Amino acid sequence: MTSTALPDQESAAAPAAVPTLTSHVRGYLSRVRGGEIGALPAVLGLIVLCTVFSIMRPSFLTAANFANLFTQGAAVTLIAMGLVFVLLLGEIDLSAGFASGVCAAVLANVVTVLGYPWYVAVLAAVLTGVAIGSVLGMLVAKIGIPSFVVTLAGFLAFQGIVLLLMEEGRNISVRDPVLVAIANRNLAPALGWALAGLTVAGYAAVQAMRYRTRAARGLVTDPLTVVFARIIGLATVLGTTVYLLNQERSFNILINSLKGVPIVVPLIAVLLITGTFVLQRTSYGRHIYAVGGNKEAARRAGINVDRIRISVFVICSAMAAIGGIVAASRANSVDPNTGGSNVLLYAVGAAVIGGTSLFGGKGRVLDAVLGGAVVAVIDNGMGLMGYSSGVKYVVTGVVLLLAASVDALSRRRAAANGGR
Amino acid sequence: MSATPLLELRGIDKSFGPVQVLRDVAFSAFPGQVTALVGDNGAGKSTLVKCISGIYPTDAGEFLFNGRPVSIHNPRDAAALGIEVVYQDLALCDNLDIVQNMFLGREKRHGLVLDEPTMEQMAADTLAGLSVRTVKSLRQQVSSLSGGQRQTVAIAKAVLWNSKVVILDEPTAALGVAQTAQVLELVRRLADNGLAVVLISHNMNDVFAVSDRIAALYLGQMVAEVKTTDITHAQIVELITAGRSGALGLSSGNGSNDTGGEPAAAPGAAR
Repeated sequence: MTSTALPDQESAAAPAAVPTLTSHVRGYLSRVRGGEIGALPAVLGLIVLCTVFSIMRPSFLTAANFANLFTQGAAVTLIAMGLVFVLLLGEIDLSAGFASGVCAAVLANVVTVLGYPWYVAVLAAVLTGVAIGSVLGMLVAKIGIPSFVVTLAGFLAFQGIVLLLMEEGRNISVRDPVLVAIANRNLAPALGWALAGLTVAGYAAVQAMRYRTRAARGLVTDPLTVVFARIIGLATVLGTTVYLLNQERSFNILINSLKGVPIVVPLIAVLLITGTFVLQRTSYGRHIYAVGGNKEAARRAGINVDRIRISVFVICSAMAAIGGIVAASRANSVDPNTGGSNVLLYAVGAAVIGGTSLFGGKGRVLDAVLGGAVVAVIDNGMGLMGYSSGVKYVVTGVVLLLAASVDALSRRRAAANGGR
Repeated sequence: MSATPLLELRGIDKSFGPVQVLRDVAFSAFPGQVTALVGDNGAGKSTLVKCISGIYPTDAGEFLFNGRPVSIHNPRDAAALGIEVVYQDLALCDNLDIVQNMFLGREKRHGLVLDEPTMEQMAADTLAGLSVRTVKSLRQQVSSLSGGQRQTVAIAKAVLWNSKVVILDEPTAALGVAQTAQVLELVRRLADNGLAVVLISHNMNDVFAVSDRIAALYLGQMVAEVKTTDITHAQIVELITAGRSGALGLSSGNGSNDTGGEPAAAPGAAR
């Protein structure tokens, strides 16, 4: 046995060459060529769309419209952020749209009809989401019905529940100042700057700590230039956004002043950071990826697959509830169509456009935010161009199809390059 | 080496509905030795392994670990005893990297947060301890690895936990010549490090190259447990295909293994 010593023994690889900026960039490019494109299509799409719309309709580029984009896209983005968890397992939740409607209806009933304070209503709405998610998850994980069917049934049933809660089509207004503020009021400009600064500082601290612990243990670190580039990149994006949102965008300053970061933005940011932390830095998140990548391997590793499957539906429906609250806040009311029509497909589209795979195992919460931005820009820009909603639906449908094709093709490409 | 087997099974029965897959199976594995488990397709090799690793419950029979009776109800019980299985279909997640796969289900943490540097270091040390130098980066996704490299990662994952028994299910089935030699060398090294290694294989060359003892299953019954040096290639093939070979194996007709298997099992404790 020992006589068959192999030639490759001494060569190569123990401590791989210290990465430099160029090797880092080259590595990224080769990964992209190999099919790991991530959110690249969404970022490119966002740039192209914004350029086209700005040229065709100068009003697209105004500060007022920029702020609009955030509030218009918020509900869909929040639902998409929850959907990412479900999509990571290769499952789907078609009921997320109407689940957000049900939760919004609960919110409106509790705060307006029953007259409880806003926090009770919010709690009731989120708990409704958790309950919905538990039921869906149980049906999928314990009984074994495909998620497509379970949530399609949910799609129909929840639509009915919204109607019942709304007593056959009445609409309930939401006047609570706190709830209305979520999607309609802005942070004071100074607070916007402070939060942005805090975020960048926090990010820089995390990056620095990571670099130092890894370097101290003699592990391969990212080159310092890349670390700095990341921090500066984040600072630029946040700084520009806050600067633009802090511009005066009222049509008549004498009547009211309108400036600052919309309150939904920090809300989304906090949930984005939390979601990213859970997926990337906790073993629960690691297990979600594992179950999405190879369910059998996860089971053999001792992971409780059923619990993971149930939990992602709970997260998805709870996020849908938050989306529903934001939608109710933005409309100042809840009607039987809240969470209906295109909301769900926009949300699925947002997640997929952002680079989350429909086949499971690949995706980030950030994808939902980037994809949500693309969807919001299409919706907003085409509205400004005066296209009918018919055209908007067709275009959004085509974009979703494009994103799904990119996903499927990049998988094939990855398979051709040594993956399975 | 010690005379008590590290892992010993007695009288294991297992049925799937009306089909009895394992019938009164006895099996033992000794530290520092490679025990080959051979048998034709459907003889029950994989089922036996899944019983040992807690994936399938057994219908009857007892498990002894280091001479103590133990019960194994799920993969965690097996892992807690130090029994690790490297499966035929690898059981790696393509979308995770090498370190993530090696620690899957048993991640190191600081409170809530994953302790990536520690895990990466332990993974690197384990691979170095097995003299594995064929992987470029510990942070590359498993989907980008070759068959031999995947097998190496799977084996490294199994030994990471100070495991005492490592069971390898057809580790060379999908590999080329050079990669097979590499993996077999790794298998031998595991045993030389003092682990009890169980190697399931169809390939007689592999079996004779690395094993110290051979256990043959035939239609769900253990027909022989013998020292590799006491048996020939042809005899093993006979045991696998017909269930007996000369004095070894099933006594003709009644299908019980009481007579044939026992005397042959005795020399297995040697070395």
